[in-house]
Amino acid sequence: MNSWIERQRHLIDFTLASLLRRKGRNLGLLTVYTLLVFVLASAMLYTHALRREATTILEGAPEIVLQRLVAGRHDLIPPGYVERIGRMRGVQEIRGRLWGYYYDSVVKANYTFMVPADGSVARGTIVVGPALARQRGLDPNTGISFRSYSGELFSFSVAAVLPQSSELASADLILINEDDFRAFFAYPSGHTTDIALSVANPAEVRNIAIKLSKLLPDSRPILREEMQRTYASLFDWREGIMLALLSASILAFAILAWEKASGLSADEKREIGILKAIGWETGDVIRMKLWEGGLISLTAFLLGFVGAYIHVFKFGAPLFAPVLKGWAVLYPHFTLMPVVDGLQLATLFFFTVFPYMAAVLVPIWRAAVTDPDAVMRS
Amino acid sequence: MIELRDVRKAFNQGQHNEYWALSGISLAIEAKQVTALRGPSGSGKTTLLTLIGCLARPTSGRVTLHGRDISGLPERFLTEIRRKTFGFVFQQFNLIKGLSAIENVMLPAYPTGRPHQELKRNAEALLEQLQLGHRRDARAEWLSGGEQQRVAIARALINDPEVLIADEPTANLDTALAKEFMAILESFGAEGRTVILTSHDPLVTESAVVARLVDMRDGKLVKS
Amino acid sequence: MIFQPAIIALLLASAVSVAMLAAAAPFAIQIIRHWDIASGSERQLQLERRTYLFSTLAVFVMATQLAAVLLFVFNADKMSEMFVGAMCAVGTLNVNGYGFPALIAQMTVFFLAAGWLAVNQVDARAPDYPLVRIKYAALLVLLPAVATVLWLQLEYFLNLRADVITSCCGSLFSEDTKGLTGDMAAMSPVPAMIGFYVALAIAFATASFHAQTRRGGYWVAATSIAAFVAGVMGIIAFVSLYIYEHPHHHCPFCILKPEYDWRGYWLYVPLFAATACGIGAGAVQPFRNIESLKSVIPQVSARLATIAATGFLLFAVIATVFVARSNLVLIELG
Repeated sequence: MNSWIERQRHLIDFTLASLLRRKGRNLGLLTVYTLLVFVLASAMLYTHALRREATTILEGAPEIVLQRLVAGRHDLIPPGYVERIGRMRGVQEIRGRLWGYYYDSVVKANYTFMVPADGSVARGTIVVGPALARQRGLDPNTGISFRSYSGELFSFSVAAVLPQSSELASADLILINEDDFRAFFAYPSGHTTDIALSVANPAEVRNIAIKLSKLLPDSRPILREEMQRTYASLFDWREGIMLALLSASILAFAILAWEKASGLSADEKREIGILKAIGWETGDVIRMKLWEGGLISLTAFLLGFVGAYIHVFKFGAPLFAPVLKGWAVLYPHFTLMPVVDGLQLATLFFFTVFPYMAAVLVPIWRAAVTDPDAVMRS
Repeated sequence: MIELRDVRKAFNQGQHNEYWALSGISLAIEAKQVTALRGPSGSGKTTLLTLIGCLARPTSGRVTLHGRDISGLPERFLTEIRRKTFGFVFQQFNLIKGLSAIENVMLPAYPTGRPHQELKRNAEALLEQLQLGHRRDARAEWLSGGEQQRVAIARALINDPEVLIADEPTANLDTALAKEFMAILESFGAEGRTVILTSHDPLVTESAVVARLVDMRDGKLVKS
Repeated sequence: MIFQPAIIALLLASAVSVAMLAAAAPFAIQIIRHWDIASGSERQLQLERRTYLFSTLAVFVMATQLAAVLLFVFNADKMSEMFVGAMCAVGTLNVNGYGFPALIAQMTVFFLAAGWLAVNQVDARAPDYPLVRIKYAALLVLLPAVATVLWLQLEYFLNLRADVITSCCGSLFSEDTKGLTGDMAAMSPVPAMIGFYVALAIAFATASFHAQTRRGGYWVAATSIAAFVAGVMGIIAFVSLYIYEHPHHHCPFCILKPEYDWRGYWLYVPLFAATACGIGAGAVQPFRNIESLKSVIPQVSARLATIAATGFLLFAVIATVFVARSNLVLIELG
């Protein structure tokens, strides 16, 4: 066992020395390799962080949201609907919600106005999300005016700025008093945007949804788990498309690795010949070359991954955001919460190290079976 | 200790440029003396040396080492025997560029898994013995021809082999250095080491250290 | 099909494994037909050189399969959120009939490869390579096995549709489910524990006995396989309950999650390593009477048996520690 470890140590020593001796040659491959890991890792880290944000938003959402449809389009809930549902087994709370979108032509972005359930916002004041506060330079106790869709100008004073924990969820949010909301949007009194139902037991959700659609045939229940699934598949799909597009580059990389590994320089060929002649066995040369591949892979993987981490979480993934985010305009600026997922690391490993090792196996073997007596025949 | 019986070796077998480098050689080589193979280039002496030194397998015929038939052994086992039994000094020295003298000396022992410290001490002692202690950290390409050969000799001895094999050891040396080599060779002869070498340099072949001279031509032994 | 990076990675890994073995197959046939160790001809030298490539390929395929098993389970677990009712890997694997067969086929390939590598190792230590033909015939058997894995995975992933109502581990491994998995979970903890420890003790004893006396090599493989099954059953029947500290959560996959401190790896790594070594020790037994292997095989199989015994012991100790340190009480003691 000890001699096995000692042998591997010698092989690694030799490999490191020989890699350093051929810096220029290996640097090219290492750069391409690192770049590939960087691109793939950026795409994966970014979509995963987005997925995480979406999950965080949905965690706070009610289990069921009931929307009324008119001619297949979302419409306001008229008064009396909440009462018509009445008490239902398994439903902890029913309440009508008020919310709407507002387009701010100053910064060319959409805001979400929402009336909080607990009525905690006083008349004439608003609570704003962090992205919006940053963008419009808002601090508590400063004032802001919005021109409503009817053309009237409304002024509010900022009571507070929402915490930054999950920006995607609250970046563009404005919490507003109910009376202000109805006045600002000229919302008919008694109407609500939709109805939120909270259900304690996840097994009950489907049954309740079925009951609701029987009770109120003109409305549509939307389940939180369905939303979660939709988001998950949406992000997976985006990630998958991205990878499919990048698969050409993986293939190109594998070909490059094969080329590099088979196109041994005369120097390297001679070196392997010498090693064979002075008593190295084919297996030793293969092991040495595998160590070489392993060391290159490890270096490229670490460099590329750390680079991607910084790219995504420090700089907001400027290279991929437009493709992967999809609604970039709404969120002019936000930082993602750093998340690294084991499955993603494993997948990334399969997409980079696996093709590399598979591509170099045959060339390594070919180099290793050099005749031991070749150096004497030349 | 080494016996060859009707050994033949072909290259490019079955192709139009098939070529028999050795055609039927029978020879016994004694231990503890210096044997030299002499012949013009193309006579097959280097090929014979590779068969004796377990670097290659004969196409037909038998090679035995200490009575054990090694001609049918796969490379894996041949390498093991070679590592233990033979040390090689090549005509071109074949040091690895970029590595220091001492690293070059240690290379053949890497696959044996000997502890690094012990190996290093051993290599230092060998370099010292060959008056190269002061050049241990010099890179191979910075060494002079004579120094390179002495490093190659130290490398051949690192696994403490029974037999030292040298292919045209003086071909790349001037007379002064060739004489230096002969001094080393004489010290080996005095120690009772087994040395097998090829040469057509009279300085070597006519030296008193060489106990036995084998003449070759066209892949066959020349009866003397 | 669900288009997802991990799925693409898994299919890529299987496809490359199949492609490698398929490309190697014609050469394996050449070796079977033309191998002649006594010859020094150039063809024989070439064939000998090829053997290095094939053992490297086999190690590569085996490592890939092992990594792929992990990725497969990982991915199944993550995808569970996409299927109604699936809460972990079990639910996802049950979305269609190919999930579990694919997983089992993958593990089988891993163990087959382990057996092949054991045979390869002893063969490479005999100067006349006596098992070359058998080895390369076996490599040709490995090819359809790996191809089956690829096919099952393809069927599984192509037939995945989000939104299918599936069972999760709560229902698959809960007491009222009929069938084998339900039976495992329905076993009351005491007999399950007895079966678990007895099977492991027998495997440990057989392997230790073989390591000492070098007898009963086939039994090492047989008891190792039995201990593997008993080990997995034991994890489902009671070890997992203690880890989750929940009397009805019988899931062999959730213990791999970070929520449970990755304790699953502590269990599965020794269990898989021990089983692979045990199978390896058995796989070399048929050849122990071949002249050139008479001294090699007992040595190698004793070493493999030692690793197997250590692995099973480690597995039992770790499982016991998890049970003992849990806050869950399933069995009232005296």
